[in-house]
Amino acid sequence: MTGFGLLLRKEIREQVRTARLPVVVAVFALIGLLSPVFARYVREIIEAVGGGQFQGMIPEPTVADAVAQFTKNMGQFGVLIAILVTMGSVATEKERGTAAFLLTKPITRGAFVGAKVLAIGTLLALATAVAGVLCWTYTAILFEPLPAAQFGAAVGLVWLSLAVVAALTFLASVATRSALVAGGIAFGAFLVAGILSVLPGLGTYMPTSLWGAAHLLALGTVPDPLAGPIVVNILFAVAAIGLAWWSFRRQEI
Amino acid sequence: MSAAPAAATGLAIEAHGLTKRFGDVLALDRLDLAVPAGSVFGFLGPNGAGKTTTLRLLTGLGRPTAGTAVVAGVEVGRGGTDLAGRIGYLEQDPRFYGWMSGRELLTFVGRAYGIAGSALRSRVDEVLEMVGLVDAARRRIGGYSGGMRQRLGVGQALLPRPPVLFLDEPVSALDPEGRRDVLELIGRLRGEATVFMSTHILTDVERICDRVAILDHGRLVTEAPMDELLARHARPILELDPEPGQAMAVARLAAALRDAAWTRDCREEHGVLRVVVTDAEQAAAESLLLVVAAGVRLARFEHVRPTLEDVFLQLVGTEAPGPEVAS
Repeated sequence: MTGFGLLLRKEIREQVRTARLPVVVAVFALIGLLSPVFARYVREIIEAVGGGQFQGMIPEPTVADAVAQFTKNMGQFGVLIAILVTMGSVATEKERGTAAFLLTKPITRGAFVGAKVLAIGTLLALATAVAGVLCWTYTAILFEPLPAAQFGAAVGLVWLSLAVVAALTFLASVATRSALVAGGIAFGAFLVAGILSVLPGLGTYMPTSLWGAAHLLALGTVPDPLAGPIVVNILFAVAAIGLAWWSFRRQEI
Repeated sequence: MSAAPAAATGLAIEAHGLTKRFGDVLALDRLDLAVPAGSVFGFLGPNGAGKTTTLRLLTGLGRPTAGTAVVAGVEVGRGGTDLAGRIGYLEQDPRFYGWMSGRELLTFVGRAYGIAGSALRSRVDEVLEMVGLVDAARRRIGGYSGGMRQRLGVGQALLPRPPVLFLDEPVSALDPEGRRDVLELIGRLRGEATVFMSTHILTDVERICDRVAILDHGRLVTEAPMDELLARHARPILELDPEPGQAMAVARLAAALRDAAWTRDCREEHGVLRVVVTDAEQAAAESLLLVVAAGVRLARFEHVRPTLEDVFLQLVGTEAPGPEVAS
């Protein structure tokens, strides 16, 4: 892993200097902030827009609606952002020639892959944590405080689901020379996972099913099963990264 | 995996039967090379000849279909960072991180080679001075022109003082002044480092290279010291410079020269007839008779020293090469 520290510093500086880090954190912060706000005021908004025709038809919002809004938004916008920040990570470097510049220096391919994976994982973790803190705070203000430890664990599950999506996108980015193609492959894989998640048994282990588990956990209910899907999704991510590393080691740049 | 073999053989780069196939396309066909340490080695060939493919194989970016190569005593393709630690590489049309400044990029490269602290700072300053980028050192690379990127590319390749430098078209994007400066810089490395450069500018090769290899359709056509190559392959050349305003007569003379038994090739370049001859004595005896018979008045008649371009055209049989696209 020669050059890992140097490359990790480069990746983090790149995230800051190209505004990727502040933009991703800001978007996630908005998701965290607006989810409980939207859940709280959606009834008033619809009733106001509908001119009274929906009066009394929409039930009083609860804390469960705030959590559902959060997990749903993270499952849509969060996934989209995870794909966007990851799809060009290797493909663009190969396409532009910067990978060739780096790999003719005393830097191993393992360090190249490892630094990128850690930088992307950390970026998503930071952004998800900010979203979680804001969501918890606004939920406490607008509804009631959620159990902090369980909510923290739920945010961890959301991050795991995003990490699995990012890992699959990373594999696609290593396998191709085009960020768009990598993004397309990742989005396709995400859709397949979504379809598989409705299957009984197998569906529980899909990354998309982690949002349902996160929803329950945030409200203080431990979903069953929990450990199995967590382990399987960690294995998904590790396998995708391992395969990406194995493939990248053998590639011509 | 040490530098000992290179020191023992006196060779910085060795290739044996290096072959590269892309599907049905044979990009490189059993290339054998022996590049002496400390030399400036010119690598020539027409577009698609396999020059960039060779560079990518020798730098470890590509994998040969067959054959082996040893660079600076390290067997290419063995993995690890031993090879990269001993080479500097400039790609054709180099691309770097646009968000970095020139100084940051050079500092980054220095750190990758384990240079740190004041030694790194002074080396970065020195390289910026060498490649003429002192004033642009703090600007983002994204705002650099193609020529500035090429200068930076040369700088990053030189920075760690590697024993072997691979330069793919190192001056192709530079203006005449920049080209002169960079070529002088490369020339000054003679004896200190081995420079392996591909270029399509034959006069540049002739100016700074000790040895030359010519590649065509993936096969090595020739490889020799420059002087030996010129002596071995270049045929005598006559240059006939007619006075202006004799187009018809000059056309008659050109036709007569082409028909002469001792003419190998006759071309008109900017109004000057350039005749490659197979028999210098016979040509000397008969060419002026043809000039008189065609009624051409000459401003100049000269036996000229053959250039690398003449050798290139003779061996490869095409026009001088243009910029190559990586294959």
